[in-house]
Amino acid sequence: MDSYAPEEHLACVIARLLEGARHAAVGASSPIPAVGCFLRKNIDPAFRVSLQQRRESNPFTEGSRELFDLAGQGRIDVFFLGGAQIDGEGAINLVRAEGKRFPGSFGSAYMYGVVPRTILFREEHSRRTLVPKVEFASARGAPAALLTGRALFSWQKDKRRFRLESVHPGNTLAQIRERTGFEFDSSDQVPETAAPSTAELEAIRKKVKPEIAANYPEFAARVWPNS
Amino acid sequence: MSGSAFLGNAEELAAQIPDGALLALPPDYSLVAMEVVRALIRKKARGLRLLGVPILGLSADLLIGAGCVAEVETSAVSLGEAGLAPRFTDAVEKKSLLVRDATCPAIHCALQAAEKGVPFMPLAGIGGSDLVKERKDWKVQGDVVLVPAIRPDVALFHARWADEAGNVWVGRRRELATVAHASRLNLVTFEEKKPGDMLDDELLAPGVISSIYISALAHAPRGAWPLGMPGLYGADDLHVSQYAKAARTREGFLKYLEEWILTPRKSTSPA
Repeated sequence: MDSYAPEEHLACVIARLLEGARHAAVGASSPIPAVGCFLRKNIDPAFRVSLQQRRESNPFTEGSRELFDLAGQGRIDVFFLGGAQIDGEGAINLVRAEGKRFPGSFGSAYMYGVVPRTILFREEHSRRTLVPKVEFASARGAPAALLTGRALFSWQKDKRRFRLESVHPGNTLAQIRERTGFEFDSSDQVPETAAPSTAELEAIRKKVKPEIAANYPEFAARVWPNS
Repeated sequence: MSGSAFLGNAEELAAQIPDGALLALPPDYSLVAMEVVRALIRKKARGLRLLGVPILGLSADLLIGAGCVAEVETSAVSLGEAGLAPRFTDAVEKKSLLVRDATCPAIHCALQAAEKGVPFMPLAGIGGSDLVKERKDWKVQGDVVLVPAIRPDVALFHARWADEAGNVWVGRRRELATVAHASRLNLVTFEEKKPGDMLDDELLAPGVISSIYISALAHAPRGAWPLGMPGLYGADDLHVSQYAKAARTREGFLKYLEEWILTPRKSTSPA
């Protein structure tokens, strides 16, 4: 089996979640979602990805408000959000928790409400980040999925509750329950998240890497140190 | 003042910004007049109220750490890949800085209301956010929130070119045009001066902010450093990440100030 970085695996999971999407926008400091989007574009050339903070060749010519205007019209169907805290009802907190100050809500309050497919993404999977209820809701909405560094959850709209879909290699259902601060549904036998294929890894390293290195240089140097 | 005045340098522009002003600043990716930010610190500006258009980064963190800022309205303060803005975070946690949290499209709407001269602008989609509960000045009306106009006292930014007519060129960074239309005073540094009038050039004109809006200008080559000027120079990522590390402590921050801002010979780009 090919060896791969955990970041590469997460990007593959994101690319699979993007099946059928037309246009994803990627906001501030989201290199792994960006890798996932460019990998998806490699599979489906008609898929469009707009990096909000692209340094050169920025896709927006009306300044940073254009992203929000596009989203308001329904021209963006996927967006990614994270949070210092994410709760069992899908709310995210980017402002403050346990006396600590975080950067702020960015555009999340709006994007979560207007973009049809919001993917929640946070590498850290702990009771600190995945909480029963956020201290401050920067944004509320109905996510398409919650992906962490340890597991993938789907969202059950009718029950307004997460369901554990798969655990990444090295994790068990019991460990995920232990590390998750909110309650969620699952089957008794949770499958392991499918590993990256050789083709996916090759696409990431040959096609996607140059795009990422130009816009997320620190991330690229960390994940692909020998290139 | 009618039309734009060319001043001698960034220090003279900074002198136009009164203490206590509502000062609009762009994010790190959108042409920040860093040379003027450093001059504000040197002149010991006080009580500034910063507006992030729509977020803030290095410029705000420096001004906050240097004691120039009383309050901030913004959608976020972040150093991007270099992480949290350490002096902002510290000031908020120590309750020495007032923050009015917003969300990006609300700030864009507030500035668009000001540029149109109307009292507010409606915004949909944010009803679920606790921001709406916290912001008593935002009025909920059915599915929309009415965001009041924001008219900054001063907008400060950097441009690729200025011309003899006092116009400036910012290319695709059109949030700068919106904030320029909305602000009472616009102060701009620029990389290079072009002869003639850019509004006579069909290709350049769409990226121009007309001199109607520009109050004063000053030449500041590499004036965005350590941030970037697309097409001319990139951000100095190493410097920003070194700042982020140094500014984790008050002592480290003061050392940075001394080395890079208060000591004149080192206060500009090494290149």
